[in-house]
Amino acid sequence: MSNSFILGTDNAPSHMIELMYRMKVWDVMTRELRVGSRTSTLAELQGIMRDNNISGIPIAEGGRLYGIISMDDIIRCLQQGAMGDSAADRMTKNVISLEDDMPLSFAISTMEKHRFGRFPVLNKHGELVGILTSRDILVHLLIAMNKEMALLESSLNPQPTSEAGGVLIREYTTRKFDFENAGKASTEIKKILVDRGIGSKIARKVAVASYELEMNQVCHSLGGTLSFKLTEETAEIVAQDLGPGIEDLESALIEGWSTANEWVRSLGFGAGMGLPNTKRVSDEFSISGGPSGTRVVTSFRLRAEPSV
Amino acid sequence: MNNLLEPQAVRSETVAQDLGLEIIVAAPQGTLISSGFTSDLLSDAMANAQEGCAFLTIQAHKNTVAVATLTGASAIFVCSSRTVPEDMIQSCKDEGIGLYRSTENQFILSGKLYQLLYTPNASVPS
Repeated sequence: MSNSFILGTDNAPSHMIELMYRMKVWDVMTRELRVGSRTSTLAELQGIMRDNNISGIPIAEGGRLYGIISMDDIIRCLQQGAMGDSAADRMTKNVISLEDDMPLSFAISTMEKHRFGRFPVLNKHGELVGILTSRDILVHLLIAMNKEMALLESSLNPQPTSEAGGVLIREYTTRKFDFENAGKASTEIKKILVDRGIGSKIARKVAVASYELEMNQVCHSLGGTLSFKLTEETAEIVAQDLGPGIEDLESALIEGWSTANEWVRSLGFGAGMGLPNTKRVSDEFSISGGPSGTRVVTSFRLRAEPSV
Repeated sequence: MNNLLEPQAVRSETVAQDLGLEIIVAAPQGTLISSGFTSDLLSDAMANAQEGCAFLTIQAHKNTVAVATLTGASAIFVCSSRTVPEDMIQSCKDEGIGLYRSTENQFILSGKLYQLLYTPNASVPS
């Protein structure tokens, strides 16, 4: 079998790669563990495996992992009539384990490399906290892909808009690391302003703010919405994301302060100019929120500059 | 003495020719380039690029087009022969932004563009 696991990260679409980096082993692993002790007999372990429909069982005591017994070990003992042997004598002791905070991509490549059916998962204190099988990965990747698809579909559907009593409202959805669609909201907002005959200087200020807020959601948040409201006198943008929140709001307003990762930086973002830029161009600016989401409200007076 | 503070606007076709640029998407006819802005930080460009400028960068991807559109840049000059992805080309066509590529790096190309825009009737040495 040269290709037992089809999920390589070499030529997968960038969304998939991102998904595999974003998801951690702890998101995917099975936490309800069936374990044996070193003194368990192979017969007992086979019983546990049969009753729980599993094909391998870690041998651990008090969180400490000693080895693993797989179906192969059971079959070998059956053939040798050694089902009364203890786990300590028969288990694989050199176990390849994973750490719970590793990205899924790493777990996948480890599985590719070692071709075992299951990998015990340890936390940073070296305690056994779960077990990971290729089935766990497939199931959770499918769930995650379903969510991504649902988001994608909802962002493709016509956005709710209304234009009652001279007030125009548009709502846009952003998704984490979706650089593909990033900037669309801002481009549309700028077009609306230009079509309305709003001066290019003000249109640009609004566009700068909406672009920075949009990119902030794409680069740093779990996704969110950008609501744009245009009246005769003002344009208002409310950016609301789904978390995880900015740890240090005050610092985030200082130019050059950034928490962006290397990948985001390599695309030319994450220079720590987003919020300072936004604040600078806005007539009114406020930011609030916590771990469940950050909310930025900016507004612009449209009357300051006569249309040109 | 030339007044170095006031650049002249030059037709995009002329700029492309004088700077030896590869035309990937030609700017709409009549497009003028009146200044240049060189940066690989999109937020920097977003904040500081002037309307009508050529945006010199190595950021060859679709987000660069969004920044060019929003700032009103006339064209993007991709430096150092960076590979330009298909979706970036399409986006430039959709938005009417010229997309050109140079074998030169940002420094050299900026120098040539500066010379062209700030020296009346200058011809840029190739």
